This record gives sequence, C-alpha cells and structure tokens, in this order.
Amino acid sequence: MAVSLREYRARIKSTESMKKITRAMELIAASRIIKAQQRAQAAAPYARELTRAVSALATYSNVEHALTTEPENPTRAAVLVVTSDRGLAGAYSSSVLREADGLVEKLKAEGKEVDLYVTGRKGEAYFKFRGRPVAQSWTGFSDQPTYEAAKEIGALLIDVFLQGAEAEKAAKPAVDEVHVVFTRFQSMLVQKPTAVRLLPLEVVEGVDAPEEQDILPLYEFEPSAEEVLDGLLPQYVQSRIWFALLQAAASELAARQRAMKAATDNADELINKLTRIANQARQAGITQEISEIVGGVNALADANSAND
Amino acid sequence: MATSTDTLHVELVAADRLVWSGEAEVVVARTIEGDVGILPNHAPMLSLLAEAVIEISPSEGPVVIATADGGFLSVAENRVSLLSEEVLLAEEINVEQAYVELENAKVRLGEDDDAHLRIRRAEAQIRAVEKYKHA
Repeated sequence: MAVSLREYRARIKSTESMKKITRAMELIAASRIIKAQQRAQAAAPYARELTRAVSALATYSNVEHALTTEPENPTRAAVLVVTSDRGLAGAYSSSVLREADGLVEKLKAEGKEVDLYVTGRKGEAYFKFRGRPVAQSWTGFSDQPTYEAAKEIGALLIDVFLQGAEAEKAAKPAVDEVHVVFTRFQSMLVQKPTAVRLLPLEVVEGVDAPEEQDILPLYEFEPSAEEVLDGLLPQYVQSRIWFALLQAAASELAARQRAMKAATDNADELINKLTRIANQARQAGITQEISEIVGGVNALADANSAND
Repeated sequence: MATSTDTLHVELVAADRLVWSGEAEVVVARTIEGDVGILPNHAPMLSLLAEAVIEISPSEGPVVIATADGGFLSVAENRVSLLSEEVLLAEEINVEQAYVELENAKVRLGEDDDAHLRIRRAEAQIRAVEKYKHA
C-alpha cells in the first residue's frame, strides 16, 4: 500500500509541474495575441490605401499587365502554405495542411502540376515526412512575421510567376497560378483555414461598382499608367502575403492559447482525481496498520492470559 | 466632386504602421519624375515615389519631414496618400548610421547592384535630418 501511495504522490507532482508549464504557455500566447492583433490593425491602413490605388488603376486604365493576365492554358500552380513553427497549438497546423491538401487535389484534378512553397517548420516537416518535394520553405517567424519576410516570399513568387512567358533559366520552375493557404483570424474562438488565389491578380476586392452620380476622379499617371502599375502591383502582392502572415500569426497564437487552456484544465482534473485516489490509499494504509496493532495487542493479551 | 476646402487630408503610411495623418497645406515629395508640390485642389494623380525626402506642412504645428523608401503617391479630392514599405520620420533617423551606410555603399559602388539604391537611401536620410534641424 505504501508503495502505491508514493507513486500517486509522484504522479500528482509531475502533473502539477506540467500544469505550470501549460499555464505559462497559455499566458504567453494570450499576451502575444494582443500584440499580433495590434500589428494586424497597424498594417490595415497600408493595405487599404494600396487596394484603393490599385483598384483606381484597374478601373481607370485599360492597361494589360503580366501580373493580371490570365494564362490560356494553366499547367502549373504554386501553392504557398502558411503553417506554424511550433506545435502545441491544437489542430492549427493540421487543419491548414488539410485545406492545402484539398487545394492540391483540386488543382491536380484540373490537370495542373503543383509546386509547394511552405512557411513554418510544421508544414516543412509534414511534407518531408510524406516525401513530397517542397520548392522552397521559410521558417523562424511564424508567430512574429516581419515585413521583410513577406517581401522576400512575395518577390520569389512574383518571380516564378513572371517567368511563365520567358525561358526556364531560373532555379524554380515557372508557374501559371499562385495560391495561398493560410488561417484567417475571425475571432479568438474561430480561425478558419482559407485558400485564395493570389496571381493572376483579381483586383475587385472591396470596391463597389462606381455609382453613376459619383464623378470619379480621372487620375493622371506619372510617368505612365504602365510604369505605375509595374511599381504598384508587386507591392500589392507583397501586402497580400503580409496580410496572410499576420492573420496566420494571430490564429496560431489563438489556437495555442485555447489548446493550452484545455491542457491546464485537464491537468487540474487529473490532479483532483489522483489526490482522491491517493487519500483513499493513505486511509487504507492507516486502517490496515490499526487493525494490525489491535490484532497484535489482542494476540499478546491472549498469550498473557494463557500463561497466567 | 471635391468640396473646395483649403486643406489637404494627408496620410503617410508605412507597411506596418500609420506614420502620420492629418490636415496639411502643402506636401512636397519626390517622384521618380522629379519633385512635386501638392497644394489643395490638386488634380487627381498617381505616381511612384523615389527614395527621398517628404515634407508635409500641416495646418498647425511644425513641418513634418520623413524619408520614404520607394512606394507611391496618390492624390484625389484633396486626399493625399503617401505609401511606402518603409517610412522614417526625421526624428527617428540615426544620422551617424546613415553616414556609415553612405560610406559603405560608396565603396561598393560598381560592384554591387544595390549600391546606388543604398546611397540614395542614406543621402535621403541625411538630408531629412539636416532639413529637420533647420526647420
């Protein structure tokens, strides 16, 4: 009996220290998520102004641009999957990976070959384990993305997309479409894995059809509409990727906070249960000892009275 | 159409933050075509910014001086938006570092494609700080 009591106590202790860890992780995630949301909000004006300018361009000029032209026979697509660097975030990574797999299946069914681009160690490990080649991966910033990272990813994706028309001189195969799979942060409780097509661009987002009584400003483009578009569209693409990374970071932290809260609650429950069992074991031990003592005393008394 | 007011609503925005916003009388910026000064009731315009100094004279308060690292400028109905991936206000610039950067970039001139860009960037920062001191 005494042995199992010691075992129970050891288990209670280890559960308690585990609970301390999960509790700390929950608090860290909770404090970071506020920062992540603030960053997402801080980035909003840039995205808004950029979208406004790009839609102005799209509306008032009829310039064809390589980034907006639909290829006639898309045969190859790039998919950027945004996952986390670390686990312990519940189903966060697996749900975004499931969404990505769904998209890949769909693209393959349409007869396109798929190149995978991955951010986050979890996604990298997932595809590596399954022996699926990854064209390029970036890691180390999933919960605190930097604009530089978004810029780098955007530049590479634009690069592989624009090669489409030219020769295959570069390291990565050219693609006709670029998709992004990331987790959209809807609220602290709801994060939704989403797949969107990034390129060719469809610049219609958030722009209402111009109403007739509104007289639209007729922009002058300096130096020319083509050149402004050349400068603007890559920035627009980068800003979309930046948006995806920020949303994914906030979602990851929210998922982690939720998972860690559940773990802490479970640890509490387990500690309660184990404490109860340990108490029972202790009581049983005491009862046994008492009955042994009483039995011993009785035996002694019997022996003494027999001698007398 | 533009209600004929005599101030501009200016937003100076970097990729990760809103740097400055408010009412202003004049905005001077450098596009890749050259300097432009924007007064109220300017014609709608969209242009690309160079790596250079931006000067905003607000309706009240001291002149706002900043550097933009590329980006673009849009003007419509007395709304001016200046967008750049990186915007630094003059008071945020580290001049010593800019001078060091300028020297480093000059050394690499000719062997590095980025050198010209880095020189322009550093020079813009130094100029912004000098203007800020004199303002």
